[in-house]
Amino acid sequence: MIEDKPLTSRMRSDGRAVSLQEYVAAGGYQGLRAALQLSRHQVIEQVAHSNLKGRGGAGFPTAKKWGLIPTDLARQPRYFVVNADEMEPGTMKDRLLMEGDPHQLIEGMIIGSYAVYASVAYLFIRGEYRQSNEVMKQAIAEAYQAGYLGQKILGSDFGLDLHVHTSAGRYMCGEETATLNALEGKRAIPRFKPPHPPVVGVWGKPTAFNNVETICCVPHILREGAHYFRSLSRTEDGGTKIYGASGRVKTPGLWELPMGTSAREIIFEHAGGVPDGCRFRGCLPGGASTAFLLEDHLDAPMDFMSLQAHGSRLGTGTLVVLDDTVCPVGMMLSLEIFFARESCGWCTPCREGLPWIAAMLEALEKGQGRQEDLHILQEHCDLLLLGRTFCALAPGAVDPLRSALKYFHDDFRRHVINRRCPWS
Amino acid sequence: MLTIYIHNEPYRVKAGINLLEACLSLGFNVPYFCWHPAIKSVGACRQCAVKVFKGPEDTRGTLLMSCVVPVADGMRISIDDPEAVHFRARVIEWLMLNHPHDCPVCDEGGECHLQDMTVMTGHVQRRTRFPKRTHVNQDLGPFVAHEMNRCIQCYRCQRFYCDYAGGRDFGVFGWHDGVYFGRAQSGTLQSEFAGNLVEVCPTGVFTDKSLAQHYTRKWDLTTGPSICVHCGLGCNTIPGARYGQLRRVYSRFNSQVNGYFLCDRGRYGYEFVNSDRRILQPRLRQEDGSLAPVAKAQALAFVGQALQRGKAIGIGSPRASLETNFALRKLVGAEHYFQGESAQKSAISEAILDCLQRGPTPTVSLHEVETCDAVLLLGEDVLNTAPMLGLAIRQASRNQPLEEVARLNVPFWLDLVARLITQDQIGPIFIAATGATRLDGLARQIYRAAPDDLARIGLAIAHLVDPTAPEVSRLPDDAFSFAHPVAEVLKAAKRPLIVSGPSLGSVELIHAAANAAWALTRAGKDARLCYAAESCNSLGAAMLGGGDLTAALELLRSGQADTVLIVENDLRRHMPENDFEELLSLARCVIAVDHLEQATTQRAHCVLPAATFAEAEGTLINNEGRAQRFYKVLPPPAAVQESWRWMGELWVASGRGEASPWPNFDAIVAALASEFAIFKDVPALAPPASFRQVGQKIGRQPHRYSGRTAETADQTVFEPPPPEDADSALAFSMEGTPLEPPSALIPRYWAPGWNSLAALNKFQIEVGGPLHDGDPGQRLIAPKPYPQSPYFKDFVSPFARRPQQFLVVPHHHIYGSEPLSAASAPVASLCPKPYIALNGADAAAAGIAGADQEVVLSLAGASLRLSVILDSTLAASLAAVPAGIAPFEGLDLPAWGTIAAAPAGGQRGGGGS
Amino acid sequence: MGVSPMSSTGVGPVAKKKKLPETRARRPCHEMGSIMLSDEVKKEIDAEARHYPQRRAVVAEALKAVQARRGWVDDESLRDVADYLGLSFDEVDSIATFYNLIFRQPVGRHVILICDSVSCYLTGYEKLLDHLKKKLGIALGQTTADGRFTLLPNACLGLCEQAPAMMIDNETYGHLTAARIDEILGKHE
Ligand SMILES: Cc1cc2nc3c(=O)[nH]c(=O)nc-3n(C[C@H](O)[C@H](O)[C@H](O)COP(=O)(O)O)c2cc1C
Ligand code: SF4
Ligand code: FES
Repeated sequence: MIEDKPLTSRMRSDGRAVSLQEYVAAGGYQGLRAALQLSRHQVIEQVAHSNLKGRGGAGFPTAKKWGLIPTDLARQPRYFVVNADEMEPGTMKDRLLMEGDPHQLIEGMIIGSYAVYASVAYLFIRGEYRQSNEVMKQAIAEAYQAGYLGQKILGSDFGLDLHVHTSAGRYMCGEETATLNALEGKRAIPRFKPPHPPVVGVWGKPTAFNNVETICCVPHILREGAHYFRSLSRTEDGGTKIYGASGRVKTPGLWELPMGTSAREIIFEHAGGVPDGCRFRGCLPGGASTAFLLEDHLDAPMDFMSLQAHGSRLGTGTLVVLDDTVCPVGMMLSLEIFFARESCGWCTPCREGLPWIAAMLEALEKGQGRQEDLHILQEHCDLLLLGRTFCALAPGAVDPLRSALKYFHDDFRRHVINRRCPWS
Repeated sequence: MLTIYIHNEPYRVKAGINLLEACLSLGFNVPYFCWHPAIKSVGACRQCAVKVFKGPEDTRGTLLMSCVVPVADGMRISIDDPEAVHFRARVIEWLMLNHPHDCPVCDEGGECHLQDMTVMTGHVQRRTRFPKRTHVNQDLGPFVAHEMNRCIQCYRCQRFYCDYAGGRDFGVFGWHDGVYFGRAQSGTLQSEFAGNLVEVCPTGVFTDKSLAQHYTRKWDLTTGPSICVHCGLGCNTIPGARYGQLRRVYSRFNSQVNGYFLCDRGRYGYEFVNSDRRILQPRLRQEDGSLAPVAKAQALAFVGQALQRGKAIGIGSPRASLETNFALRKLVGAEHYFQGESAQKSAISEAILDCLQRGPTPTVSLHEVETCDAVLLLGEDVLNTAPMLGLAIRQASRNQPLEEVARLNVPFWLDLVARLITQDQIGPIFIAATGATRLDGLARQIYRAAPDDLARIGLAIAHLVDPTAPEVSRLPDDAFSFAHPVAEVLKAAKRPLIVSGPSLGSVELIHAAANAAWALTRAGKDARLCYAAESCNSLGAAMLGGGDLTAALELLRSGQADTVLIVENDLRRHMPENDFEELLSLARCVIAVDHLEQATTQRAHCVLPAATFAEAEGTLINNEGRAQRFYKVLPPPAAVQESWRWMGELWVASGRGEASPWPNFDAIVAALASEFAIFKDVPALAPPASFRQVGQKIGRQPHRYSGRTAETADQTVFEPPPPEDADSALAFSMEGTPLEPPSALIPRYWAPGWNSLAALNKFQIEVGGPLHDGDPGQRLIAPKPYPQSPYFKDFVSPFARRPQQFLVVPHHHIYGSEPLSAASAPVASLCPKPYIALNGADAAAAGIAGADQEVVLSLAGASLRLSVILDSTLAASLAAVPAGIAPFEGLDLPAWGTIAAAPAGGQRGGGGS
Repeated sequence: MGVSPMSSTGVGPVAKKKKLPETRARRPCHEMGSIMLSDEVKKEIDAEARHYPQRRAVVAEALKAVQARRGWVDDESLRDVADYLGLSFDEVDSIATFYNLIFRQPVGRHVILICDSVSCYLTGYEKLLDHLKKKLGIALGQTTADGRFTLLPNACLGLCEQAPAMMIDNETYGHLTAARIDEILGKHE
């Protein structure tokens, strides 16, 4: 059966997780069977043809990442790590995938591990996701029982152990190299790159690293073929996408839609638009670290390339919507408090710059802002760039701020001139 | 070599280094914090940003952190690029958001890397108005003060303390801009190298608690090049003084010896110089038996007569300079000169010297230790006897794991990545010892046994490496199963190192280590042999020769001697109490020349006040046979002078001549060199006193030295002329050459814009590399590959237990076992109380209930009441006692003793531990 | 605006006051065996440790196992965990103080994690926070006098479609209103 919502179509309406039986009945683990018939290289080729790009925020082609894992097998073991740390404010899609259909993720992880010669896989789940943790552990136990995990999977020579690692908190744990440090039982400080995890990953060994949603796509690519996967999309990037909307919308939620669906469709058709009597002002298209889109930009396809033309990114594809009832400066303050607090404390611009940003925004909101604060805020947006900071956290923190300063400049100025927040 | 372009000018730089190192080595000023030449790059602070251009056409360039970018041929960079300049100023601004403006009350002020970098980046205006974060400080023990609010979160402290030095009681706590550097809870830092935090921290978080007791700004310190006197490694130091008091000791860079660091014994041991036990006046025994201060002339006349009248012998010291020992030897005559050590210790020093010269295996500098890739420690607990050797071995333990880093084409200086790749892997380190050592955490395998069995292990390894080396009979299985893999691993290593030393009092151990090293050399390995030495001039004393204290006592007994001149030595520490008493009773006249009151000076008929290392110049030979020069840092107090100078005056006073044969330091060095072939290069260790740069001497005081005219204003309004120094090219003055001095005479590191220790990079050929005209010091001995010297064949028999007896072995303590540092108050506070350690099984068998029980140890005729420590790591039938700590000083250990439960209520010989 | 950016979840660098017994110079502290951890906790740690090539990987897990029973991680337990994993006290505390779900200070019987991130902000989290503070009589990071509740801010709970949201102990609650909060609190003794 060809399905246009491969990731979510099996999910039950009662909110219970799809069981192993239900999953298998719906064609589950066929992708794995198909993969095991192929060479590892062929699996990666399939994924390459599917044009699957990472759903964790950066949109890096998955096959390309896997291809960076050295093919000479001198350095063993290899690891496969899936990032379920989902802490980007406004983002709740991986929780849905784990709690709704855990075997889909497990199957993806097995196929991915096969492709990169990994013998151990870890699912790194944030600590607050109690239910995801339980559902996944239960499903993994089922998969072991049924012979999808362990030694000689489905009679092949391939074996895999899959473990859940429950995090103890911190947004930083989602940054790929910080995740690996957390996994090793260290402080979740990012690592220096290069070398990237495919070459020097967890415990110094080659490691594949992907987002939950990315890996959930993999079984379908192997089962139905790369062509099928690409055909799901409205643009170059393959597949469907779990889009979401929250904040100032009538019916917040998550929807699996063709990759490249416009923000307008998501906000106004699926999320019901902004509450009655309110005016749409802007949205963050993919979580807290993406730049604002305005009304004018809403028709752009929500894919990895198109939003760049408007100075933003797809990010996690879960929109956060702002209307005219909430102060954009207050919204920025909430965002920057988050980023300042979640900085790991390793590099100077992030550790010191973000709290300063937050302090200035707080002053603005309290009516104590100064004209020069706006200048210093802008300066930070120009300074906290990728490469100048140690990792992508701080650049992600100033992306929305930069766009806010541009699009809501008058609002910022009014805070200074009127010495109060116009919304307070 | 590669070519890189800086501001479009070509420069030749070494391949494989990073851009920051390249820029600093070329003399450019690039600010930085988290990078440190020894603890390398992590790219955390983002201070070292420069512009890198893709090619001549690229005009925009990319801002990169220079400390993490490897140099590449043809690379084009700009340091002055406006964007880079602006970014660097902003990094300082960020760091200043929370940094208190407390420079005037900060001990780091005036030599603060953060101050320097702030000035360098031109950040002058404070734009923030928000409150600063604050922290609670900790009490970190007697050495290091803590003021966390000044922290700029560069992570250097944690990286040095934990990653580099292996400390585990320190860390980073919390997150975001609240990260906290210190211990989980207040308490004394446990690392032997904690004091380096003071130098490693670029601002005033960690400061020197001993300096704070008598605080002086760096620019007010009189400083000079010196050598540490607290163990045999000869680490280079820069002590600083003001108002006649020694105020601190900092490390002096020597790329071959201690590099950037010091151990805490070396850093904090200096306070003995300021001790109230200092002898500052000649003293003469009076009719009433008291020892009273007298005029110098009176003392000289007394000693001169005694030497003339009596049959005098001279007893030198392994902690006195070559010059002092030599002068004494000349004064009393070679046949009446004694080394000042027990027969056991003398024999060991001689054996070490012999092994290093006779065999084919070269010895190592500390720096070379860091290049070895497999290490066998035979009986020496180096972190307690020669701490910096332990630090070097820790670095060596990374070499094999680092090979994987090279294979992955990751530069080894990319520390974050290198440690990631190597993880917790440790190269092969093997430890054979009597009990636990502080390096055990590094060991791949540990063998614990009595000293004789340790020697046998060494011999067995030698035989396993080279079958022509003598075989060891009756080797038990557990010994074989240690020795065999060790031999295999050493044979497979690129540069295996054998380490031993004198601390267990076993010549056989010294020989066994030599056999093992020689076997490796003969098997074609690039092996190395390293011995710790007990005192700062143990090897120098051995080179000078002279009998041991047993021989000296014999001479007194035989009546051929009746007058004893003892120089910088407390004989009580080198002979058991009975012998000491006998010596004193046999000698008609005892003359002691020393710095501190001690058992010998208290019993002497005449005491002459000797200058300490800080008030004298001299030459010391370290454990590898390296001769190094130290200079005065402060003029000796009025009646105090160098011991060699006393000898010159006694020469005259005893009627040997009209004038001292050594009117100045250069004269005695010349005499030494002409008399001993081995010392022929000693005069060339440093420029002579006549050396001048543009007609000037080298000032020991910085040009910003303040209050010179007021220093003695409370006594006289006339400014006294600065003390003359006829012995060196250094002056006690701020006047001096503006040029960089020769490396042996560098009194301090300072360069325009660089007030902190980081100014050192202006003195090096390349950062981390040797000083401009080479590191000072020279090794005087070399191995002899041909003809091949035969292996030692001392067949030690296996250790045999004796019923009801324990073999009492000395366990050395970094704080306490060395006498001079133990007289320094901060060090004294960490010295252990006397104890006797037994393993639980032995204790139980001896009917000892457990820890803290009082026992009586009968040893060498003495009965010592002690409290018991249980130490499960101690080999069977051994009892360990703290070396050099009363009541154990002067005992030649190991020795057999018996232990009995103490009768209740008796007088304690020593406290519990 | 109530929350200053630095208000933490109460587990940051804590005032470091209590003095620990010094470890003897010749005896590394990691050699001392653990005495306090219950067999049950040890079993849990061991089971988890089998999943990793290095034992230290389970340090956060081990702390959470302790916390699950005691509510927070006190110094003694932390030392036991350190000993059991062959780590030093400082090494473990360095990790414990990094992660926000490990509490190094006593907490109430129930820990309220109120989401303060953007979607909840946009849907009125501030008013609810004020309500909670008033109702409980405490500020963020504090515990009620009766030891019933501790109130902590938390990064996005991933309940954005149900914002505003919070979590108490292991349960999540969305679509919060002042009335619903009162009702939920009432269920926690
Ligand atoms: C501060 C920070 C936090 C991140 N958090 C997450 C996260 O929670 N989940 C996630 O999948 N990716 C997160 N990412 C992105 C990951 O680093 C990584 O790019 C992604 O997981 C890779 O998977 P993909 O290629 O499948 O997208 C984060 C990145 C940064 C810089
Ligand atoms: S205490 Fe000093 S060395 Fe440590 S991080 Fe702070 S500034 Fe750096
Ligand atoms: S010195 Fe280069 S980033 Fe710190």
